Amino acid sequence: MGIHAIRLPDIGEGIAEAELTEWQVKPGDLVKEDDVLAVVMTDKAAVEVPSPVDGKVAALGGDIGELMAVGSVLIRLEVEGAGNEQEGTSASPEPAPAAAPKPEPAAAAAPAPEPAPSVAPGPAPAAVARAKGTKPLAAPSVRARAREEGIDLRQVPGSGPAGRISHADLDHWAASGGIQQGQVSRGANTGIEEVRVIGMRRKIAEKMQLSKRQIPHITIVEEVEMEALDSLRVALNDKHKGERAKLTILPFLMRAIVEAAREQPALNARYDDEAGVIHRHGGVHIGIATQTPNGLNVPVIRHAEAGSLWDNAAELTRLAEAAREGTIKREELQGGTITITSLGPLGAIATTPIINHPEVAIVGVNKMQIRPVWDGQQFQPRKMMNISCSFDHRVIDGWDAAVFVQKLKSLLETPAMLFVEG
Amino acid sequence: MPDLKCKLLIIGAGPGGYVCAIRAGQLGLDTIIVDESAPGGTCLNVGCIPSKALIHAAEEFHRIATAGQGPLGISAAAPEIDLARTVAWKDGIVSRLNSGVSGLMKKAGARFVAGRARFLDGKTVAVTQAGEEIQIRAEQIVIASGSAPVELPFLPFGGDILSSTDALALTKLPQSLAVVGGGYIGLELGTAFAKLGVKVTVVEAEGRILPTYDRALTAPVAKRLEALGVTVMTGAKAEAFAGGQLHTDQGAVEAEKVLVTVGRRPRTQGIGVEELALTLDGPFVRIDQHCQSSMRGIYAIGDVTGEPMLAHRAMAQGEMVAEHVAGHAVEWDKRAIPAVCFTDPEIVTCGALPGEVEGTKSSEFPLMANGRAMTCEREEGFIRVVWRESDHAVLGIQAVGAQVSEMSAAFTLAIEMGCCLEDIGATIHAHPTQSEGLQEACLRALGHALHI
Repeated sequence: MGIHAIRLPDIGEGIAEAELTEWQVKPGDLVKEDDVLAVVMTDKAAVEVPSPVDGKVAALGGDIGELMAVGSVLIRLEVEGAGNEQEGTSASPEPAPAAAPKPEPAAAAAPAPEPAPSVAPGPAPAAVARAKGTKPLAAPSVRARAREEGIDLRQVPGSGPAGRISHADLDHWAASGGIQQGQVSRGANTGIEEVRVIGMRRKIAEKMQLSKRQIPHITIVEEVEMEALDSLRVALNDKHKGERAKLTILPFLMRAIVEAAREQPALNARYDDEAGVIHRHGGVHIGIATQTPNGLNVPVIRHAEAGSLWDNAAELTRLAEAAREGTIKREELQGGTITITSLGPLGAIATTPIINHPEVAIVGVNKMQIRPVWDGQQFQPRKMMNISCSFDHRVIDGWDAAVFVQKLKSLLETPAMLFVEG
Repeated sequence: MPDLKCKLLIIGAGPGGYVCAIRAGQLGLDTIIVDESAPGGTCLNVGCIPSKALIHAAEEFHRIATAGQGPLGISAAAPEIDLARTVAWKDGIVSRLNSGVSGLMKKAGARFVAGRARFLDGKTVAVTQAGEEIQIRAEQIVIASGSAPVELPFLPFGGDILSSTDALALTKLPQSLAVVGGGYIGLELGTAFAKLGVKVTVVEAEGRILPTYDRALTAPVAKRLEALGVTVMTGAKAEAFAGGQLHTDQGAVEAEKVLVTVGRRPRTQGIGVEELALTLDGPFVRIDQHCQSSMRGIYAIGDVTGEPMLAHRAMAQGEMVAEHVAGHAVEWDKRAIPAVCFTDPEIVTCGALPGEVEGTKSSEFPLMANGRAMTCEREEGFIRVVWRESDHAVLGIQAVGAQVSEMSAAFTLAIEMGCCLEDIGATIHAHPTQSEGLQEACLRALGHALHI
């Protein structure tokens, strides 16, 4: 038997380190070639690391949340034959996790009792049914704690044999808010759940902090009458029913941004604030803020100026799905020059969007609803929608920002202008 | 002595009262505890402790007396006992424990006031000692006045008619003793006297001895009484005592002394409990799950609150009441109160008896199949578990056998922790001990006992 050390592979251009976000194996597991060992995170893309050999997991090289340098030992496997690492001599610079039967410190430090630790809190243990009217089984200390915390044990599902209620069951009950049935007094919920900010959440946190710290935001909210655009959208959808993807508002907004940016290239840009250089891009690469199960992601529709309404709509659908499924490529999350953020029906009346650094502008879409509008003689019911746009006030003056927003408004209110060439 | 004020006043320094005082002191409550006798109550002064001392002495005597008849190859000269010295030894233990309890209360910061307490109203108690009276006003009062032996009108205590207290103070063995009442107190003492060579007759009104226990548990005790030469009359009523004979409806019984152990009554008279008009439960003070009586600020614990009249129940109640007064979230939520009968063999019961709860089954392991029991020459008895069929939760554990009293903790712990058959079955029980029988009884319930 020998030890085969697997090192963190080079997973992308210029990536020096990656964050370990998930172990798919634990010490003692048997793995086959191509089995996924771990998931690491670079920028906002998750990368799975497969095993190049068959073997048995001897030791894990790091904890979840740890930043690992490319080339450092990710995991050690016991393999048939000699392996690639001699026993007793470790090629790695970090404290050598000996291959000897000595308890492995890294493995012990890892949350060993829980295989495949995850970011989300563990699911509540399955409860065992308790016959109605029978007293719940619980140790005296559990009963005392329930009394202290005002928890009615009869309401608490017990995970132990015969439905016995453990301290862990009380934890889960408290963490779940202890929704009690019937007229039972509500107890104070003193449960505190620790959630480590790792992986994508950490990336998001860093990104948001960077944007908010570096960029003095100015936000402009304007209302847009959407009657014409929405009629056009419905007509186009009817015309191409079944043949083409259904259009939402977003492809039209992308077209409006492309048009507005043609007149104000300063807004379609990336500001390298360290170098003090603004890169005004010819192509309009529109990031679309997308909610995924792991958090916010911003896939980028490249060269929106070159695509038709339907091209952009299709690309938007493809990227959003990839982002949600976690199969999106790293390069598809990079290189945006302006961003759209839309919460659809949840879009509220106004928002204060945070610019996706190093871009200089972001367009927020609020919800569309019928509102009364004074036409000079009477109130008319009109489909109205607000847009909330933020700009980097270091490089965009209020005047220019306002002009840009007004341009968007007029383009959206008179959609024919979107398609008039010249 | 000037009048006193306190936060918590406890009437009675028995196991319930003194534990309540210690705990209250620990919790920083200004506490006074009143008793006319030495602290420790019935249990320590004239109950559990003295009777166990006598039982031990009788057992030692009996072993030596019967050693020659046994298979061990031991021969010994016929022993003699100086009961006065035995009683002096017993009194020494009692007085050591008295001062121990006093010291514990003092250390906790509770004040002991000697004297007889009587309620003046729901917040004030008069304490009389040697003709002097002081008044104590308290925010909360705990009635822990205990119980006293029940007297039969046709066999009033005094002279040759003994209460359990009197029997424990005898300095000379009677030739013969009639025990009226075949409950656990009468049988414990009757057995001890029989082992000391006294001709003992038990007169029990019910159809069998220890009528509150099931027949399987009491059978080994009845058998042992027979072997010890004790005559047991069941379904018999004592009528009168005259001329060294106890007359019953089944004929006269030779009796130099008569021990009457027909039960205990709560001590509510003489301390003014009646005047408070508390709600009663029969002769007992009715309490809720916090041991609160029907009057605000008045708690009751121990024998005065009814069956089971056991020191350890009173202690647990006392502890809980002190915490309740201190504002802790506590309530009486015990699943089981063990009861031990120090007969020969001993009986332990804890939790549900067979047939007491619907949907339960029971299974037992005989000590005859236990190696340790054999090596002690005591193979009679068994350990039994009562468990719920639907989920195997253990609801009751009982045992009868020599020295099984020490297993009561394991039994109660198992029930209090909510153990299932599988839990006890999977727990290693030390070999060779009688406690293996508990594991085996559980395995037997699961259909895979190993040693039977």
